[in-house]
Amino acid sequence: MTAYVLRRTGGALLVLLLLSVAVYALFYVAPGDPAKLACGPRCNAEQIAQVRDQLRLGEPLPVQYLHFLQGLVTGRDYSTGTGVLHCPAPCFGLSYQNDQPVAQLLASRLPVTASLAIGAMVLWLLLGVGTGLLSALRRGGATERVLTVLTLTGTATPVFITGLLLLMIFCATLQWLPFPTYVPLTEDPEQWAWNLLLPWTTLALLESAKYARLTRSATLETLAEDHIRTFRAYGLRERRIVGRHALRGALPPVVALNAVDLGTMFGGAMLTETLFGLPGLGRLTVESVRTVDLPVVVGAVLGVGAAVVLANAVADVLYALADRRVTLT
Amino acid sequence: MSDTPDTGAWRRLRARPSAVVAAAVLAALALLALGAPLLAALEGQDPTTYHDQLVDSARGGVPYGSFGGISADHWLGVEPGTGRDLFARLLYGARVSLLVALGATVVQVALGVAVGLAAGAGGRLLDAVLSRFTDVLLALPMLVFAVALTAIVPDGFPRPLLLVLVIGLLGWGGTSRIVRAQTLSLRGRDHVAAARLAGRTPVQIARRELLPALAAPVLTYAALLVPTNIVVEASLSFLGIGVTPPTSSWGQLLSTATTWFRADPLYVLLPSGCLLVTVLACTVLGDAVRTALDPRERSRLAVGTRRAAAAPQKGATP
Repeated sequence: MTAYVLRRTGGALLVLLLLSVAVYALFYVAPGDPAKLACGPRCNAEQIAQVRDQLRLGEPLPVQYLHFLQGLVTGRDYSTGTGVLHCPAPCFGLSYQNDQPVAQLLASRLPVTASLAIGAMVLWLLLGVGTGLLSALRRGGATERVLTVLTLTGTATPVFITGLLLLMIFCATLQWLPFPTYVPLTEDPEQWAWNLLLPWTTLALLESAKYARLTRSATLETLAEDHIRTFRAYGLRERRIVGRHALRGALPPVVALNAVDLGTMFGGAMLTETLFGLPGLGRLTVESVRTVDLPVVVGAVLGVGAAVVLANAVADVLYALADRRVTLT
Repeated sequence: MSDTPDTGAWRRLRARPSAVVAAAVLAALALLALGAPLLAALEGQDPTTYHDQLVDSARGGVPYGSFGGISADHWLGVEPGTGRDLFARLLYGARVSLLVALGATVVQVALGVAVGLAAGAGGRLLDAVLSRFTDVLLALPMLVFAVALTAIVPDGFPRPLLLVLVIGLLGWGGTSRIVRAQTLSLRGRDHVAAARLAGRTPVQIARRELLPALAAPVLTYAALLVPTNIVVEASLSFLGIGVTPPTSSWGQLLSTATTWFRADPLYVLLPSGCLLVTVLACTVLGDAVRTALDPRERSRLAVGTRRAAAAPQKGATP
């Protein structure tokens, strides 16, 4: 087991390293002069040369990459002519827009995305696992028919359409909910939740369909197993069999999907934040792409990539621990 | 040799009413998209002309009249803010949405087949490298990387082509995995061994012995790639990094619709409806193609059937 964990961690680290090489090469070799982008549209040739010097863009690319890696571990100092800008570890560089360290910028937006993700996750687990169980219980009936159609439509509907429709119903027509603005949890928990209710529902509706399908099939599979037949033979009530024993079989895949889906969820967060104007990580990424703020884009992409790779590794290990039938390779 | 199973597949496909309806819807959409200039001319409008006199500047640009300014001149009303004809913009938008999705699917299938064949039929080392690469690609969130990639492309690059390339380059993992698995099971067959003994080159073997047998599973998978690609294109355009105005796509229309959902609901509902109907029709038809080509497969959309669990694949990701 220990050997498996070590090997899995090693593999994940290797993938991360390769990912960083690929992303670095892709973004800084791309057409367009990073020095010009960093300096801004009103810079003259001399200023651009100065920026090129500061960012050490004159050095060969592999050396630049090593500096970048070193910055991630130990932090980096940038001289600005008049003083020194320190970028603490992990340093992804300074934003071209306002010279703020990228990690700091990302961290400042993280609470918004975390608020969105955690609330949505609670909702979609409740909705998804609930619907999945219900449709497994009522298999063959009208309830299942309706639920299947609903989940199918749920998976096929893009986030922004769900969000726009919800906005039209609850915000414009019924006027039950405000157009979301972000209120920090620490400031006013009630307003925080009230404002985030629409974004949570939007993201949760998309994801819950997937979880409903997974829960349903995993539950049905467990219900077909021998020990369930034995419980039935003992005369246990169906409700108890499903609620207690079949659910246990359905949970590991649901947990695993949660981890594997982290990246998809970030994509969803990007759309949700843009639609509702929430100042989170997703919106920051989209804005940085529009303004070609390469260090921020690279930081966001590497951050999401690292989160996905690590979550996958953790999910695999947990999966192996939870289910001894899984062979370790 | 190929006649019998094919006609069987056709018969099974035609026997499903949902598949026929979905195909009819898609055919109608394709016709509308193809005939966009013609239909717009019939209406007497084009997708780019501003009609300032049709929107109420005192109310921020909401179209005059009910239902988004529907009239004999503007069959589906006009776009709030600009007064551009919505019917024409939807039709031209359909062209972009469908063309990008189909183009990206072609790129995905071509790359997926090439990589999958190389991994399945090549040496063990090549297989290991390519398979790991595919695993990583499949694990990474496509939308996030697609968004990021558009940052490094120069401004003048044609956006629809860029979308085709970005979606295509990021989305071939699934095809490659299927092709690799099929190739691995095919390479042990007698006809492949015979071709090898007859001195055929690997390329010849791939083309004559492997590719024909791969057609059915690849076609099936490709049919399900199309709706995904439509949604990705719409998402990118919605985020404002897909096609840019004055070009319209359904996602781009929805992106501007976010500011008008209170004043002009029809402006939200029309592109949403187009997108949803297309995606659903593609999904239904894709599922039908799958079951028609392989009758042992149960429909994923059928109700009340017991299906093996679709647990996340083990070891799928690094």
